[in-house]
Amino acid sequence: MAHTVSLNVNGQGITASLDDPETPLLYVLRDDLGLRGPRFGCGLGQCGACTIHVDGQAIRSCVTPISSLKPSQKIVTLEGLGSPEAPHPVQQAFIDEQAAQCGYCINGMIMQSAALLSTNKRPSEDDIRQALAANLCRCGTHLRIVRAVKRASETL
Amino acid sequence: MSLMTQTALSRRTLLTGSGALLIGFSLGDTLAAQGGAPNPKATGSKSVALDQVDSFLALDADGRVTIFSGKVDLGTGVKTALAQMAAEELDLPLDRVTIIQGDTALTPDQGPTYGSLSIQKGGVEIRQAAATARARLISLAAERLGVASQSLVAENGTIRSTAGGPSVSYADLIQGGHFEMKVDKEVPTKDPALFKLVGRSVARLDIPDKMTGRFTYMQDFRVPGMVHARVVRPPAIGANLESVDADSVAGIPGLIKVVREGNFLAVVAEREWAAIKAAGALKAQWSSWEGLPEQEHLWDHVRATKVTKDDVTSNVGDAPAAFPNAAKTLSASYDFAIHTHGSIGPSCAVAEIKDGQLTCWSASQMTHALRKQLAAMTGMAPEAVRCIYLEGSGCYGRNGHEDAAGDAVLVARAVGRPVRVQWSRADEHGWDPKGPPTLIDVRAGLDQDGNVLTWHSQFLLPDGAAGNVPLVAATLAELPHETTLSPGNIIQNSALPYAFPNIRTVCHRLADTPLRPSWIRTPGRMQNTYANEAFLDECAAAAGADPLAYRLKALQDPRGIAVLKRAAELAKWETRPSPAHRDPSAREGDILRGRGLSYVRYELYRTYVAGIAEVEVNRKTGAVRVPRFFIVQDCGQIINPDGVRNQIDGNVIQTVSRVLMEEVTFNRSAVTSLDWASYPILTFPDVPEVIIDLIDHPSDKPWGSGEPSAAIVPAAISNAIFDATGARARSVPFTPAKVKASLQGT
Repeated sequence: MAHTVSLNVNGQGITASLDDPETPLLYVLRDDLGLRGPRFGCGLGQCGACTIHVDGQAIRSCVTPISSLKPSQKIVTLEGLGSPEAPHPVQQAFIDEQAAQCGYCINGMIMQSAALLSTNKRPSEDDIRQALAANLCRCGTHLRIVRAVKRASETL
Repeated sequence: MSLMTQTALSRRTLLTGSGALLIGFSLGDTLAAQGGAPNPKATGSKSVALDQVDSFLALDADGRVTIFSGKVDLGTGVKTALAQMAAEELDLPLDRVTIIQGDTALTPDQGPTYGSLSIQKGGVEIRQAAATARARLISLAAERLGVASQSLVAENGTIRSTAGGPSVSYADLIQGGHFEMKVDKEVPTKDPALFKLVGRSVARLDIPDKMTGRFTYMQDFRVPGMVHARVVRPPAIGANLESVDADSVAGIPGLIKVVREGNFLAVVAEREWAAIKAAGALKAQWSSWEGLPEQEHLWDHVRATKVTKDDVTSNVGDAPAAFPNAAKTLSASYDFAIHTHGSIGPSCAVAEIKDGQLTCWSASQMTHALRKQLAAMTGMAPEAVRCIYLEGSGCYGRNGHEDAAGDAVLVARAVGRPVRVQWSRADEHGWDPKGPPTLIDVRAGLDQDGNVLTWHSQFLLPDGAAGNVPLVAATLAELPHETTLSPGNIIQNSALPYAFPNIRTVCHRLADTPLRPSWIRTPGRMQNTYANEAFLDECAAAAGADPLAYRLKALQDPRGIAVLKRAAELAKWETRPSPAHRDPSAREGDILRGRGLSYVRYELYRTYVAGIAEVEVNRKTGAVRVPRFFIVQDCGQIINPDGVRNQIDGNVIQTVSRVLMEEVTFNRSAVTSLDWASYPILTFPDVPEVIIDLIDHPSDKPWGSGEPSAAIVPAAISNAIFDATGARARSVPFTPAKVKASLQGT
């Protein structure tokens, strides 16, 4: 039986019809809404590639069932932060630092960092490393990512 | 059961946060998916022969050039570097170059994207094609303008005489955009002194889209009518599927089919989440299988494995016979654990069979080879198979991308619809091919002065080279597949870069290895360099010599000497023997600090790297940290210095992770390290600072950068641990338990 769910994604009210209200948010964002920022990495909440914001908090969308979300909660994805034409300061800092190799994890790095900077405007390098400790990168781009977050903190 | 649900919302009507319409991407248009504006002239039947200019490039009427590259960007930045090389040679601005990668219908087979060859081989071939094209354009312009070629200059796609007068565009000179000529391998390429783009840290072309969710990764790709599949792998690698209870998933809405072919099992559903649920819920009966060795006794198993042949990779003087003349003899064994690629995004592929034609989109390193594998598996003619590359998550070698492609093809064939297969995390950790276990025995004899008189090393490595790794789907379904091992060209760098009077290096090639092997970044070169450079350090310590001075004495190559000396300057190397203190156990505090040096000339003919690791060893816990890593590289002509630095960062950080933490675990039936909790990798708090210096040789050939700097990392860390503690680390990974045990032994 189909369940209709209402969500607020990137400032827009949307509805989706799902067989299973336990469907993780990640699949609705990617498969129903066609968004590509949040990425499937593990489905276990271990790597951070799927990170999005719910009311400004960094959340792992791969382990967030739709049923746990209220229509009033504001969901923001990487696309909702900014675009290539008008990037968010954190996205711009990642571009300026060339902070990617394959870039598959970067969605999580940017979303996690943007959430950090909303509560800690001038994080130390150690603060940044701790805040990103549960976001995995396999290419070894960590140092550029830390520099990008530092740079973003100086421009915000 | 087949209740099909639709979302109330069409993808095309969703407003993004920035207010712009989010348009569903151009379905089926691979060229657009790769992020390029397709050149319409290039999309018909085109040459992919390696000797034709048209195979590599096409000009369009707007003065743009499309480059067709058989080498693909695996997240290393080579797409940008290849564009720089092509634009440079054609005197075009970078924004007029579009790169199409790894499409068997469009790109020449320049070989798989491995072995740090994308620039060195792929880029140089593109450079030759572009230079041939440019020479033709100049000669046509000379004819058209009635002036001598020597007086012509090309700029921004236009050719004019230095003396002034009219100009002519490339597009006007090559009507239809085709050159119809062979690549001239002897054609003079641009004088490096005139380079405007090569040698510059040009910003990567893909990064803005990747930072904003606009980039199309393989995992994002969709075709109309596509359905979602998940594979259901056997719980034991060699188990047989005895029965499947399809009714066990019949209640899952949107389920389309349970696909079974031999031991290949998959579920297909309209929606991805339904496929995931079905894969978890499907009841199947498998036979038991316990064909793997006990992990505890892995190295005994390796030693007991049948040797199929010996590859003698160097033989100088008479190494075995020289031992009686040595004043001092030492020996050691080094082992290096099984590693997984650990791609952050599990493998994914889409396959569609339509009108007898198979199209398969994947993140394969080797679409031309994959095409042959898929043709063999399905019995289709290779001409009926097209493989198209789309960038996936970084793979660092042959991970599961090709296997996901094989899975998608089998399922697409069974359901008659386009199918997307997305591997789970456990599929990737459990079923990607692995870097094989490696064991190395080394013996050396020193003369009266402590110099190496004789060196005899024996490497226990699986047989095989860098061929096609058998597809999991073909193997499970018992369809045609390769039966040979393909671990990569892993005997490389078993021979030494040093001049000793007697050397014998032998690779004993093993008939088998516990898990399906393939290449993982710096295959063999990493393990072999680890043993060579760690054991050389043991020799230096036995001689009471400074590790840098000891190497310099045995090295004759001036460029090798240059990287070592530069690394020493960079790290402010203190000249002294290791360990740092005669009696480390008498030192105060829990943290012991040391530094270690390592050097490689990649494959003994190209990129030079020297590096110095600093370590902190907690002698209570055995935990090792690497706070800083200094590294100097000479890869000949540098195309994009920032790109090279990015690769070196990656090599160092990834290899620190591999060396300190990583080991695939398994029981007698299957891999048991199936997630990031059971196979942890290095995280932000423990990532070292990487201090890099590059030595550029603009007039030389460009060599690879994707792998070489990883080769020196294990020995640098091992040597630093010895410097700090006086105990040798000879078993990768250098876990706290192993290091603590070795400290208790000192």
